[in-house]
Amino acid sequence: MTSNGFLQLAFYLVVLIALAKPLGSYMARVYEGQSTGLDRVLGPLERLIYRLSGVQAKTEMNWKVYSVAMLLFNFIGLLVVYLLQRLQGGLPLNPQHLPNISADSSFNTAVSFATNTNWQGYGGETTMSYLTQMVGLSVQNFVSAAAGMATLVALIRGLTRRSAQTIGNFWVDMVRSTLYILLPLSLILALVLVSQGVVQTFSAYQEVPLVTATQDANGNAVTTQVLALGPAASQVAIKQLGTNGGGFFNVNSAHPFENPTPLSNFVELLAILLIPAALCYTFGKMVGDTRQGWAVLAAMTLIWVVLLGAVVWAEQSGNPALTKLGIDQVASVQQPGGNMEGKETRFGIVNSAIWAAATTAASNGSVNAMHDSFTPLGGFVPMWLIQLGEVVFGGVGSGLYGMLVFAIIAVFVAGLMVGRTPEYLGKKIEAYEMKMASLVILVPPAIVLLGTALAVIEPAGKATIYNPGAHGFSEVLYAFSSAGNNNGSAFAGLGANNPFYNLSLGFAMLFARYWLAIPTLALAGSLARKKLVPAGPGTLPTHTPLFVALLIGVVILVGALTFIPALALGPIVEHLQMIQ
Amino acid sequence: MTAQLRPAIVSLLLLTILTGLVYPLAVTGIAQVAFPYQANGSVMMSNGQKVGSALIGQDFSDPRYFWGRLSATGPAPYNAAASSGSNLGPTNPALLKAVQARVDALRAADPTNKALIPVNLVTASASGLDPQISPAAAEYQVARIAQLRNMSVDQVRQLVAKNTAGRQFDFLGEPRVNVLSLNLALDQVK
Repeated sequence: MTSNGFLQLAFYLVVLIALAKPLGSYMARVYEGQSTGLDRVLGPLERLIYRLSGVQAKTEMNWKVYSVAMLLFNFIGLLVVYLLQRLQGGLPLNPQHLPNISADSSFNTAVSFATNTNWQGYGGETTMSYLTQMVGLSVQNFVSAAAGMATLVALIRGLTRRSAQTIGNFWVDMVRSTLYILLPLSLILALVLVSQGVVQTFSAYQEVPLVTATQDANGNAVTTQVLALGPAASQVAIKQLGTNGGGFFNVNSAHPFENPTPLSNFVELLAILLIPAALCYTFGKMVGDTRQGWAVLAAMTLIWVVLLGAVVWAEQSGNPALTKLGIDQVASVQQPGGNMEGKETRFGIVNSAIWAAATTAASNGSVNAMHDSFTPLGGFVPMWLIQLGEVVFGGVGSGLYGMLVFAIIAVFVAGLMVGRTPEYLGKKIEAYEMKMASLVILVPPAIVLLGTALAVIEPAGKATIYNPGAHGFSEVLYAFSSAGNNNGSAFAGLGANNPFYNLSLGFAMLFARYWLAIPTLALAGSLARKKLVPAGPGTLPTHTPLFVALLIGVVILVGALTFIPALALGPIVEHLQMIQ
Repeated sequence: MTAQLRPAIVSLLLLTILTGLVYPLAVTGIAQVAFPYQANGSVMMSNGQKVGSALIGQDFSDPRYFWGRLSATGPAPYNAAASSGSNLGPTNPALLKAVQARVDALRAADPTNKALIPVNLVTASASGLDPQISPAAAEYQVARIAQLRNMSVDQVRQLVAKNTAGRQFDFLGEPRVNVLSLNLALDQVK
């Protein structure tokens, strides 16, 4: 890595970690119902929403009611997004007169946005009307993220309460996440992005002349260029902050109108990991011991930095086949060098690699470079980061609740070694908790591996693979990893907008989201009912470097044992072919 | 379950109004007042005529102009209404074919240039709309442009420098040359 590369990476990490404490303690205040500084403006709005919706803000829910509320809310949201797509041709705010969308694609996209995945089988500028983007997709960007944060907060309450039946009120947690956290941050970010050149308009696409004519695939002369526009900045801000990742345009944040400058890239990149990192501090604050939060954040950061280093190295090394053709891939002050296929000049290698690692560590899934064109090892790491279960930062809320489940597994493993009943934050971990934790750990790999297996034996699954050989297998494995862990990024060569992939990936996203969220809420309910066990001499402290190492070990071990065989068939074989 | 139905429907409706209408309208309103040029696509004007967007590249294959990145959009390259990368994997023979075709075209346009070709010039961008190339990719083409346009190499280099942006705040991103604005500047030279 060049010295400037180190500088950019270090700056990113410093800003990210420095913001974890202020934002994290602010979010703790939001969830504990304390004053936030925005109450004057947002308080009346919040109370109005409760009044009109018939929500008794002071009435708490047990985990079952909490789950029902979340599921019902997501289901209705899904229905709205589905119907908007099916009917958009006749609805307003559609200056390009884009037609209604097919049933299978509408289903896939509706599931994708309601589950905070934002897998996209479609291209934004050629498919979605401004109305669908705003009222359907943007809204789900907010509320699906808020639902994930609510689930996390419920789990934290489960850990802190003693002999309690309830874990909070879903409506309050969801509304407060949206109003006090996501909306203000999005507003600021959107305006910064517009200042850099991200478009924000309701006008139709604009036509400009070309300096010299070019030709289309049929040999016809093309003399003008149509610039796709739209209300992009407002949507890009929340898709980054809410770990949604669904691009306004087809190529997501690689599009110059979605991510035009190094500064826009930096703030969008920051927004990917900002809330997931800060929630670790919120967790520490809410359990009354901030060291617990720092320990989890340390485990996440350490895994991430090492894997990020691997992506930068692999991409900077370039493609040996191009070197043979007399092409200069060496980094210098004049050029970033490296594997530039599918990357933008303004981001070069370093910012494309940081993004790839951040967007897959978090379940964001936005891209600023095409992962399908990464070197085999450069593509291996993002895929594996997804397969680790989206717990290295992970989705807003969902990442940390996944990581806390891994922490429970870690204390269980440690308990087995010394023959004691494991406990976490003063709560005994018993058979029921371990069953729920096992579901959270095992469901995503099952979806990913079974889904991939199905796709590579079904003719319909193989028909739309784009790249030949081992790389083609990687495309399918990546698709199911992405859907089965609610990430949303892709090896985008795979033609996924067809009934087979729209349906199979759609169901993968549904299972991945709710078969994790519901066991997590069940875990929260069960933990809340328990008494607090005072820490004794046999208690494993969970804020020490030893525990951080144990936690990292468990995450890596589960991820490696589950996926290395499948990965060997894709990126590892391809790497060996490339360097031979 | 039915007790949660009303909150589910009404809160979604209210949050839709807030985050799906009020929020994007507010951002649009502020953006159109504070940053009208950026919010509408950074469209450059010359003598009252639109001449393209400063952020969106155009296709150049005439040797008298600087060439930009390869573009994989369809049906024509640099189609700004349908962005797309090539998605070609590193070991795909089609990638090597595309690179080789560009290498051949560059060599044919400038047979005397024996330098290694900067990777930027022979690979497709992620968006298919990349407006920029690396300074190395511009320098590779300077001698060709100077010769075909009867300009001195220094004159061309000066124009390149004028259309080059360094790292933002001296450390963020990569140095880059805007191909469209550079070519427009070339055409302005009498």
